[in-house]
Amino acid sequence: MTVIETLPTLAEAARSGAPFFGGGTIWMRAVNAGEAPPRLVRTADPALRDIQGAGDAVRIGAGVTMAQILARGDLSFLHAPARAIGGPQVRNQATVGGNLFAPHPYGDFAVALIALGARAVLAGQGGARPVEEVVRDRARPPLVAALEVPRPRDARAFGWLKVSRVKPKGVSVLSIAVLAPREGGRLRGVRVAFGAMGPHPMRAAGAERALEGGALDAAAIARAAAQAAEGLDPPTDAIASAWYRRAVAGVHLRRLLEGMA
Amino acid sequence: MRPVTFTLNGAPRAAFAAEGQNLLDFLRRGVGDLSPKYGCGQGSCGACTVIVDGETRLACLMPAEDAAGRRVETAAGLDPQGRHPLQEAFMEHFAAQCGYCTPGMLMAARALLDRNPRPSRDEVIEAISGNLCRCTGYEPIIAAILSAAEARA
Ligand SMILES: Cc1cc2nc3c(=O)[nH]c(=O)nc-3n(C[C@H](O)[C@H](O)[C@H](O)COP(=O)(O)OP(=O)(O)OC[C@H]3O[C@@H](n4cnc5c(N)ncnc54)[C@H](O)[C@@H]3O)c2cc1C
Repeated sequence: MTVIETLPTLAEAARSGAPFFGGGTIWMRAVNAGEAPPRLVRTADPALRDIQGAGDAVRIGAGVTMAQILARGDLSFLHAPARAIGGPQVRNQATVGGNLFAPHPYGDFAVALIALGARAVLAGQGGARPVEEVVRDRARPPLVAALEVPRPRDARAFGWLKVSRVKPKGVSVLSIAVLAPREGGRLRGVRVAFGAMGPHPMRAAGAERALEGGALDAAAIARAAAQAAEGLDPPTDAIASAWYRRAVAGVHLRRLLEGMA
Repeated sequence: MRPVTFTLNGAPRAAFAAEGQNLLDFLRRGVGDLSPKYGCGQGSCGACTVIVDGETRLACLMPAEDAAGRRVETAAGLDPQGRHPLQEAFMEHFAAQCGYCTPGMLMAARALLDRNPRPSRDEVIEAISGNLCRCTGYEPIIAAILSAAEARA
């Protein structure tokens, strides 16, 4: 039996040391199966569900749901990844914070956050850490209060693609997000992130290197595609084998980049 | 055990929820509303779809205590005689075979039409994308929802 305890503040949830219950779409499966720990904590702290959109970056509370993001016209750059999370009922419950630590093949929204250069504000700590670092702490996830997400200066500089077998809703064979800002025809600050290509969402160093500093032309796209899976160790599951994921990662990256060129 | 006071299909209700109990189990065993179905207990099938404060939710993934103070709607509240326009359309279009997914489908469709009375075919597909049906192949369900929307307009 699991007790889901609601504490008044995020600070108290952090101090409790118990695993955190966000929207609960992952946790409730374990609770239903009798496999969850005896105590989970959450908080009714309204700050967790806050969205503050002033300026170049938007601050999204970790408890904000995918449906809340989809309801905000000013967050349209996040709509495609938010819509890729499960069906409508799941999106009414699934939170941004929970997506950072959802197990493989989940974490599609975190992929977009990583490519956008988002940072996670940790509860009870000053400053913020890059999402790609925070998502590695799987065993004991640090409690995330909010995400600071830089808005892409040019909407066309951000690309998103989820590959799934079942349409319109299915889990990822893989997902890809690319930030490719241009300065005078050259790509500067390229970020490429993959989901379902490893134990957690991560950046693709090979593809980034192939694109950085050049033009987004056919030759650069071919080089990035060839190096897409470099250093990545995708898992085998019921959806796809590791071999297949590695083989198609470059194909899908090429298609996404061609659409952004 | 915690007392949970809420409204079910417009009527005030109160019952005790066990620690960690989900809303589906609570509605079926604690309250006696058998219309939301238990399919997978993992949020994957949508058979337990209910509407909470106007939003579709998977009752199997929602802690029962979260219903406190909220409006819960289930297929049992559509029409006691099965004459709600969506129910009529489902019968007319043979949108049910075994019928197990039907209460969840009806609630997903109801939430869609409340928000968007004249949905496109793509919007209907999106709205029921969290609900599995292994009998119909979905076409009759899509047709039923589109025709219910037309009938209401
Ligand atoms: C039918 C179905 C389909 C799904 N499809 C997809 C999909 O297509 N893509 C996808 O990415 N996911 C999918 N999911 C998984 C899941 O719904 C999402 O990943 C969701 O965003 C998880 O968030 P949550 O708040 O529900 O997580 P929870 O269950 O609350 O938590 C998940 C994990 O994150 C941790 N956590 C939660 N909040 C925080 C926080 N603020 N700080 C630190 N740790 C935290 C928890 O401790 C736990 O380890 C699906 C789930 C279901 C049931």
